[in-house]
Amino acid sequence: MSQASIDSAGASMGSLKSYLTGFVLSLILTAIPFALVISGTLSSSVTLAGIFSAGIVQILVHLHYFLHLDTSSAARWNVLALIFTLLIMALFVGGTIWIMYDLYYRMM
Amino acid sequence: MFGKLSLSAIPYDNPITMGAVGGAVLLGLAILGLITYYRKWTYLYKEWLTSLDHKKIGIMYVILALVMLLRGFADAILMRSQQAVAAGGSLGFLTPDHFDQIFSAHGSIMIVFMAMPFLVGLMNIVVPQQIGARDVAFPFMNSLSLWLTTAAALLVMVSLGYGEFSKAGWSGYAPLTEQQYSPGVGVDYWIWAFQIAGIGSTMTGINFLVTILKMRAPGMKPMRLPLFVWTTFFTMLLVIWAFPVLTVDLALLTLDRYLGMHFFTNTLGGNMMMYVNLFWTWGHPEVYIVILPAFGIFSEIVATFSGKRLFGYTSMVYATSVITILSFSVWLHHFFTMGASPNVNIFFGIATMLIAVPTGVKIFNWLFTMYRGRIKFTTPMYWTLAFIVTFAVGGSAGVMMSIPPADYVLHNSLFLIAHFHNVLIPGSLFGFFAGFYYWFPKAIGFRLNEDWGKRAFWCWLIGFYLAFIPLYVLGFMGMPRRMAHYANPAWHPYLLIAAFGAAVILLGIVFQGIQLLVSIKERRALSDPTGDPWDGRTLEWMTSSPPAVYNFPKIPIVEEVDAFMDIKEKGVAYRQPDQYNDIEMPRNSPHGFIIGALAFVFGFAMIWHVWWLAILAAVGMLFTVIMRSMDDDIYYIIPAAEVQRIENERYRQLGAIA
Repeated sequence: MSQASIDSAGASMGSLKSYLTGFVLSLILTAIPFALVISGTLSSSVTLAGIFSAGIVQILVHLHYFLHLDTSSAARWNVLALIFTLLIMALFVGGTIWIMYDLYYRMM
Repeated sequence: MFGKLSLSAIPYDNPITMGAVGGAVLLGLAILGLITYYRKWTYLYKEWLTSLDHKKIGIMYVILALVMLLRGFADAILMRSQQAVAAGGSLGFLTPDHFDQIFSAHGSIMIVFMAMPFLVGLMNIVVPQQIGARDVAFPFMNSLSLWLTTAAALLVMVSLGYGEFSKAGWSGYAPLTEQQYSPGVGVDYWIWAFQIAGIGSTMTGINFLVTILKMRAPGMKPMRLPLFVWTTFFTMLLVIWAFPVLTVDLALLTLDRYLGMHFFTNTLGGNMMMYVNLFWTWGHPEVYIVILPAFGIFSEIVATFSGKRLFGYTSMVYATSVITILSFSVWLHHFFTMGASPNVNIFFGIATMLIAVPTGVKIFNWLFTMYRGRIKFTTPMYWTLAFIVTFAVGGSAGVMMSIPPADYVLHNSLFLIAHFHNVLIPGSLFGFFAGFYYWFPKAIGFRLNEDWGKRAFWCWLIGFYLAFIPLYVLGFMGMPRRMAHYANPAWHPYLLIAAFGAAVILLGIVFQGIQLLVSIKERRALSDPTGDPWDGRTLEWMTSSPPAVYNFPKIPIVEEVDAFMDIKEKGVAYRQPDQYNDIEMPRNSPHGFIIGALAFVFGFAMIWHVWWLAILAAVGMLFTVIMRSMDDDIYYIIPAAEVQRIENERYRQLGAIA
């Protein structure tokens, strides 16, 4: 009874193909930042931007291929959870960047 | 081969530590001896250690919490007596080195190994029953969480007798916790204990969130959930979003210590304030993680013992959600003095003050629930009333400290210590005690002796005021926290009062022990054959005490908030259904216990740099997880006839009373 009452929360289960696609994409998106840093051809600000954008794209890949979030998903909870996550992320990441930048400015 | 392991790591030269270790080892041997003497090993293994029953896991969590409460309180007594004698010329009986370990252990234990297991234990016992479910969503993960937490608690206990514990406080600020300044194993014990317990807590968070979302009985709409379930729900949101930050923070510190990286060092680009920032990004929500469940417990108790519906149920739910969101936006108030600009400080200062608003809503709701109610002054109600008054004082001190300029004066002083004990002890510990007394008959089957309970309560309450009000005064007099010795004679009288207060609390703990023994002796007179000793309002009082393994033979249908009271008022309670169905329940599994044991070995090996053993334990854990996931036969069926037999017995008992 414990297991039976847990359905897939409105999201579709993935296929082997979608999991593999997600996995390969994740590997590529992990390799890109490493390659950028190791090769050192680009300037540091461009490298940083590259690392961040690869990271953000990887988050989206994980959400889509592993957590099965897409626009068609009818599950209210999934969307709510995602919105709440974004709020908390904005607070944590935004707050931290603000605090640390402010501190850096004052300590220089 | 054996890393840093050596016999000289045992603190032979410290009589206090060796005495404590000797006592603990003797006690442990005595317990093991008794289990062997009564041939209970098989029973213990089959019925408890491998159990996936949420009620048994809950009871084990509470036992862990009570044991760790004793350990943490022993640390508190040591600190209070040291500060009572170490004034002026006297250096007291503890070296600063030892004193630092004691306050670090006290904080770490009380938050992570007392408060967390206590609240998770109560949730385990109560939440599935309150929502009308037969177990949590992931019974195996529940057992795994328990054993990971226990393994971590064991690491802290081992640090007492082998090596040392961290000397850097429970918050472990870098760069003090870096290799350069803390080369010993103390910080490593602290890191791995927190890390392993933290992973257990994260899994608990996922488990209970899913349980509340997916396992509710039919008709149990969100706005019909008991308030304890609501606070559990928001607490679990906090756990899921806050604990990963701690995991990352500790992982980065581990990389610094083990692989010579520079995330938080004060050289080579390290940023020590980033450690503090991340720690409190977890640490502040953690404060609400330990307080919100207690708010839920108080709400249940106030409604039950006032004989009324909770006043302002809806506003209670929204107040809890507001506290949840706000608690994610105040963490900087723990380090106002870092040197951030006024803009940053005032943002977090105002956010902190705002939390007082929803908390005030809750206080008024509890007061209005009692207003014109027929209040029954039972032990849980005593703790609740003491909480309301005492917490209001502590909360006001918090609002004072949320003003950054005031915080610059009070920061790191005993005022802060007085404040957070004044919110955490009434706000969470009193709540857990109230819940302990309230749900004890449900979990075990008999009530606890009220007389001894009230004696213990008065000792705790009076002792609390004696121990912590002087600390406010000392804070104003400028006494910093964490002092092993002080030269100012003006502080001495207040510290004597505080030490006396700690002794009164000790008396309260002794009375609680007596209460348990007396109640076990009088268990027949105190027994609860109905399953509803307090005229309860929520579904957990519908089951027998202690509940059958499946909780509900038939899943109840919920039509109102305070579902069980609704059923009783409609006169349809205690009606035996004509027939029962087969019930499917999770089979016991040893894997959680094995992974916990391996996690302990892994942590210990990492602390002492025994790499081969750490790798072996990690592979073992992975292997056990794979073994468990390949096990398809994880449920068993309780046949309808067996359910019928158990339920007939219950209705025979009920009939005997009526």
